[in-house]
Amino acid sequence: MFPELNVPVIRFDKVTHTYPRAAGGAPALRDVSFRVNKGEFVFLTGPSGAGKSTILKLIYMDERPTAGEVRISGYSSTEIKRREVAQLRRRLGIVFQDFRLLEDRTAEQNVAFALEVTGAPRSKIPDKVARVLTQVGLASKATAFPKELSGGEQQRVAFARALVNDPFVLIADEPTGNLDERATRGIFQLLREINSSGTAVLMATHNLELVRSSDFRCIELNHGAIVFDSAEAVVPAIPGVTPASGVPAATAGGK
Amino acid sequence: MHSFKTALTAFRRAPLLSALSVTTIAFSLFAFGLFGLVALNIRNALRQVEERVEIRAFVADGTPVERITLVSDSIARYPEVAKVEIVTQDQALERARKELGEFKDVFEGEFLPASLDVKLKPGFRDPATVRKVADRIRSYEFVDDIRFGEEWITQLYRIRNIAGIAGMALGLAFAAVAVIIIGATIRMAVLSRSREISIMRLVGATDGFIRRPFLIEGSITGILGGTMALVLTYFAMRVLEQYLHFQTAFFDQRLATLGILFGALMGLLGSAVSVGRHLRRV
Repeated sequence: MFPELNVPVIRFDKVTHTYPRAAGGAPALRDVSFRVNKGEFVFLTGPSGAGKSTILKLIYMDERPTAGEVRISGYSSTEIKRREVAQLRRRLGIVFQDFRLLEDRTAEQNVAFALEVTGAPRSKIPDKVARVLTQVGLASKATAFPKELSGGEQQRVAFARALVNDPFVLIADEPTGNLDERATRGIFQLLREINSSGTAVLMATHNLELVRSSDFRCIELNHGAIVFDSAEAVVPAIPGVTPASGVPAATAGGK
Repeated sequence: MHSFKTALTAFRRAPLLSALSVTTIAFSLFAFGLFGLVALNIRNALRQVEERVEIRAFVADGTPVERITLVSDSIARYPEVAKVEIVTQDQALERARKELGEFKDVFEGEFLPASLDVKLKPGFRDPATVRKVADRIRSYEFVDDIRFGEEWITQLYRIRNIAGIAGMALGLAFAAVAVIIIGATIRMAVLSRSREISIMRLVGATDGFIRRPFLIEGSITGILGGTMALVLTYFAMRVLEQYLHFQTAFFDQRLATLGILFGALMGLLGSAVSVGRHLRRV
C-alpha cells in the first residue's frame, strides 16, 4: 500500500467536480491538475467558494470527481470501493476549523477513539496516545474535556487524533480559522514540525500572512480553477483573475 | 466487544429514549401476544371439539353380529380411521339413558338401532374427508342410515380458517408497526450520534464497525421488549381468567422463546434499515 518512490502522494488529473444539487449546475472545480509529493508542505488558498474544501473532500474521498481522476497513495477515485475508503482514511490525518472533537470524552479518549474504531490492539493504545499528546504539547492536559481547553488546545487534540495513525499526509482545512494570532502561530509551528518529520501537509487557509511568512509551495484557487501554483514554471493565465497570494502570475517564475 | 460496550453505553446515555423504545416494542408485541393467545385458545378448543367428530353408521335390525364384526375390522383398516367401536342395541339404550337421565324410564326394549361408531385420525377430520369415508361406509348393504353432522363440521372449519387468517393478518400488521417504531427510535439514536458517526468515518471506521453497536442496541431493545410483552401477556391472561372463569392455555416455552426472538429480529431489522439509510446518505 505504500507509494512507490517518485509517485506523488496526491495526484489530481484534469479533475472537474459538480455537486449534484449545485445552483445552476456550476462546477465547484474545473479541470484541476496538480501533484503533491511525499513530505511536501503545500498551502491551498483562495477566496471562500473557490474550491479548497472540495479539493480536500476529494482527497479523503468524501466526494468522487465528476470527471478526471484523483489518486491518493495508490488508491484511485475511479476504482476505490467504499470499504477501501475507510482503509485510505486511516492513512490520512484530517483536521478541521471546528476541531470536531467529541465533547463527552477527554483529550486522550478523543485521540484513542481514532485507534479504537480502526480495531487497533487495545494494549498499544495508551502508549500511542501518550506519545502523540506529548508531540502536540498537551501531555499535561490528557484528562481534560474539550470544554476545559482553549481553542488552540482543542485544535492540538484534533492534531493528535490526526497523527495517531501515522498518516503519510496531513490534510488541514482552515485549521487556524477559529484561533487568535498567538494560537495560530503555535499551530503553524506544530504543522512545520509534523512536516519536518516526513509527513506531507496540505493546508487550506485564508491567512495570507501565514502563506507569505514561509516559503512553502502555494496553490491558489479561484472559481474552481488553479490560478497560481508557485511550483509551476508556467502559470495558467486566466483572464481577469489576479492571484492574491503575493507573487503576481507574470513574475512567478516557478521554483 | 467494543460494539457491545458502546451499545450498552447508548442505553445509559439515553435511558428515557431506550425505555421508550423497549416499551413501544413491548406494547406492539403485547397486542400481538394477546391475539396469538386468543388464536391459540381457539385452536385448542377446536381441537377438543374436533376429537368428537365421528361417523355413526346405523345397522339394520337382524344383521348377524359376525357380519358386523367383519365389516368393523375392514373399516378399521382405512388409512383415515383411528378407531371403530361396535355399539349393540343394549349399549345404545344404556347410552341414551345416561345422556338423557330424567327420561330414562321412557326408554325400554330394543328399539334403538345398533351402530358402528367410527373415529377418524387427526388430520382427517375435515368435511371433505369425513364425507368420503361416510360414503364408503354407506355402501355396505346393512347400513341403514349414517350421520356425521356435516354442516356442523363445515361450520367448525370455517371458523378455524377465519381465525387463522385474521390472526395472521393482524399479527403481520402489528409486526410491521413494531418494526417502524423500532426503526424510528434507532433513527433518533443514530441522529443523536451523527456527529460521532461522522468523526468515526473520518478517522477510517468501516461501515460494519459503525453499524454494529446500533444493531446490537436494536436487538437488545427487541429482546427486552419481547420479554416485557411476555410478562404483560401473562398477567393480562391471569386477570382475564379470573373475570371470565375460563381455563386458558399460555404459550409453551418454545413459543415464548420464539416470541422473544421475534422481538430481537424486529429490533435488528428496524435498526438495520435506519442505520443503513443514514450511512448511505453520509
